[in-house]
Amino acid sequence: MAGEAVVPLTEDVDGQMFHIDPMHQFKIHPLFGEGDVHWYTVSNVTLWLAITVLVIAAILVFGTRRRAMIPSRSQSVAELIYGFIHNMVEEVTGHDGVKYFPYVLTLFLFVLFANVLGLIPTSFTTTSHFAVTVTLALMVFLGVTLLGLYRKGLGFLSMFWVSSAPLAIRPILAIIEVISYFVRPVSHSIRLGGNMMAGHAVMKVIAGFATMLVVSPVVVGSIALIYGLETLVAVVQAYVFTILTCVYLRDAVGDNHH
Amino acid sequence: MATEATDAAGQAAEASGMPQLDFALWPHQIFWLLVTLVVIYLLLTRIALPRISSVLADRKGAITNDIAAAEELKQKALRAEKAYNDALAQARVEAAKIVAEARAEIQKDLDAATAKADVEIAAKSTQSEARIAEIRDGALEAVTEVAKDTAKEIVAALGGKADARSVTAAVNARLKG
Repeated sequence: MAGEAVVPLTEDVDGQMFHIDPMHQFKIHPLFGEGDVHWYTVSNVTLWLAITVLVIAAILVFGTRRRAMIPSRSQSVAELIYGFIHNMVEEVTGHDGVKYFPYVLTLFLFVLFANVLGLIPTSFTTTSHFAVTVTLALMVFLGVTLLGLYRKGLGFLSMFWVSSAPLAIRPILAIIEVISYFVRPVSHSIRLGGNMMAGHAVMKVIAGFATMLVVSPVVVGSIALIYGLETLVAVVQAYVFTILTCVYLRDAVGDNHH
Repeated sequence: MATEATDAAGQAAEASGMPQLDFALWPHQIFWLLVTLVVIYLLLTRIALPRISSVLADRKGAITNDIAAAEELKQKALRAEKAYNDALAQARVEAAKIVAEARAEIQKDLDAATAKADVEIAAKSTQSEARIAEIRDGALEAVTEVAKDTAKEIVAALGGKADARSVTAAVNARLKG
């Protein structure tokens, strides 16, 4: 299943000069041996998830091992990430939201490093798969909804009833609010997964043209540009995913008036 | 039914080249994703976050302490400066007092010496006056003597016999005028 679709670039199938398979990079295959990928199989997904964990551990655990008053470079990075997300959670969700900071930081670190590691050539981008982003978004959606119902009871539902609007249009607004609430996990997950997948596919397509001698200088230059853009996208999408999580969390823990 | 649907979707995905839509692979990815998230969460809450927050708290405490210590040292410096100024002013007052005392002492000594000198001068001048009077008296006596002697000699030269007592009486009478 994994090996069949691989067509080496040198193989000239239909008399074409080159062969582009931008989706090949998203294929999931077992790391050891051939065969089907079961839920427990150790695959390239497992490998790159493990690398993500190792990089996070390297910066946040190994980097801070000296607990220095004057931080080393890696400790500075860890403290910077800590302070950045801590401020974000505190500013967006308010004082009550700070106790959910570890969950938000877990999401941010995972998305950030999965995105950035996906930029390494020949790597596998775990966040380019909707299975991953949908799971993340559903965790946020269900977590926020259950937390809101637990903390505020039926009062949580009052956020669909816009009390500042004229009474006549409130039912219509309520319908719109409910729809937009349930669309949240969709947009939350597709935004991240779509960005990652499209960016990587575009890079592959353009890189495929690099084998054409005539255009290759242009292609190499544009690949460099797109790679820079994709680096930006990787970081910005991690930021966007996290700040949206905070915004949703505010509905559950913050006051209703905003 | 469900498996058929996923198989169909998987084949569709395979055909369209979108591994993302191969739902047969979702349990695999979701399982490993959940494992990953749990591991990251445990790493953060068990090790990284307590460590970083304690470092940040320590640093904040150290900075607060340093600022407090600096404030205290500043107060100390201000106090020291005040003490120095006070000591300087006091020393100045003391010096002025000593100068005044010394001046008074010198004045007293000077007055005493002047008085002593005055007394000495007065004594000396009294003595001198006495001596002058003595000399004057001596001179008067000598004049009387000379006048008597001269009168006797003149009387003798004129051939008279001078009576010593009468000559003296005559001279004395003349001298008294």
